[in-house]
Amino acid sequence: MNDTYELHGGETHIEVHKFYPGAVVLVAAAALVFQATVPVYFPRLNILELPLLVTIYFGLSRRNPSTGLLLGMMIGWAQDALSGPTVPIGYYGIAKTVIGYLASSIGARLDTEHPAARFSLIFGFYVVHQAVLVLVRRLLLAQPEPWFNVHLAIAAAVNALLGTVLFLALDRLRRSS
Amino acid sequence: MVAIPSKHKSLTLLAGVLIAQLLMLAVQIKRDSHGRLIRVWAISAAYPFERSGSWGFGKIRGVWTHYFALHTTAQENEALRVENDALKLTIAQLQTRAAEADRLATILNFKQTHEEVPIVAARVIAASAGTASRTVEIDRGERDGLKLNMAVITPDGAVGKVIEVFGNTAQVLLLTDKDGGAGAMLVDSRTQGVVGGTGEPMMQMKFVANEDSVGMGEKIVTSGMDKIFPRDIPIGTVVEIKAGNPFKQIRVQPAAKLERLEAVIVLLSQTPVEFKNETQSAPSTSAKQNTTPTTPAAAEKP
Repeated sequence: MNDTYELHGGETHIEVHKFYPGAVVLVAAAALVFQATVPVYFPRLNILELPLLVTIYFGLSRRNPSTGLLLGMMIGWAQDALSGPTVPIGYYGIAKTVIGYLASSIGARLDTEHPAARFSLIFGFYVVHQAVLVLVRRLLLAQPEPWFNVHLAIAAAVNALLGTVLFLALDRLRRSS
Repeated sequence: MVAIPSKHKSLTLLAGVLIAQLLMLAVQIKRDSHGRLIRVWAISAAYPFERSGSWGFGKIRGVWTHYFALHTTAQENEALRVENDALKLTIAQLQTRAAEADRLATILNFKQTHEEVPIVAARVIAASAGTASRTVEIDRGERDGLKLNMAVITPDGAVGKVIEVFGNTAQVLLLTDKDGGAGAMLVDSRTQGVVGGTGEPMMQMKFVANEDSVGMGEKIVTSGMDKIFPRDIPIGTVVEIKAGNPFKQIRVQPAAKLERLEAVIVLLSQTPVEFKNETQSAPSTSAKQNTTPTTPAAAEKP
């Protein structure tokens, strides 16, 4: 298999990146462990959503909606499982499935390598992710949850900033063509 | 080139996955189950990483907390120092109040045990402005029934007498003043004399003949002969005895803390009253052996 593919859409061509074996699994696992462990020692880091950032990154990089949504689903399930019995399996799974699909779909149409584009996309995906979570809570779990607050905007900005930096680091896991 | 899934295929897959998860959620809610199997798998798989991650992040936090995140330490130290100073001040104030409470309790106890004696407690509000005299000013005066020459005491012993009375205050001449004094009696020998001041912290017992027996450390009480102090109020303790001509030179350590007076008792009655003598209620061995005057001359002294 080639390391890099090209998608042709009109006059633009977009690379599809491949990663070293096991990189996706290890990065996703590391993000989950980080998410489950770090807030214990650094409570303020609870604002970070590393599983979401990983889902977005691999969705944007792989640019395959099917694999993107499946990866999102798996990461979301793992996050559900590690979040305790009060979080039903599928809660984060649904949200990250949607994000994985959207990221892959958008990544297949736009050049998402530029940091500014990544920042904007992460910000937007974070808001959508939270919106899906609120929707699931409201409609399926009958738990009232505010749609928007200042904390959401701050969290989206922080995650977008961190994600932009993190994506640069994750770019090193790509196989060179 | 590889076959890229079509938009419809991926949309179908998305719909299927979402519907499957929605059903799974519904089943969990309906059955009140929590997907235990998935959780067990996930937690079992994540446990080693979580444990090592916990250890690592714990170490990182320790290093960060103890070596890097010290920017607030100086502020905390300063705040703690200020708080410590405030607490010290509070402790000092409480200790002062506690000491005052002890003194007042002592006075109250004295008043309760001497109900037959009309007394009034007073607070020392000033002392003599110079070293030429040894007087104190108290916060009780004519309106409280004070009169000239009333005896002033503390639970420890005699203090002096009232020498000036104003509306709300009065001045007390201490026994240690050169003009101060009281009729006195040695507890053991029952030898009588006069204890007067010398202008120094120590007092002097006068008019004790050389042939009278006086022991070091012997207690001295009021004799009641001066018509100011009732009998048997402690005056002091013999601390030095020298032969003189014709009387002994006896230095006396005051029983009351005349140098640190803060609260006193004024005896409002100038008629002779009988106090319960603590030295008699709990007499020393020598006192028990010498309950009568050793010499007739000593008994006749004023």
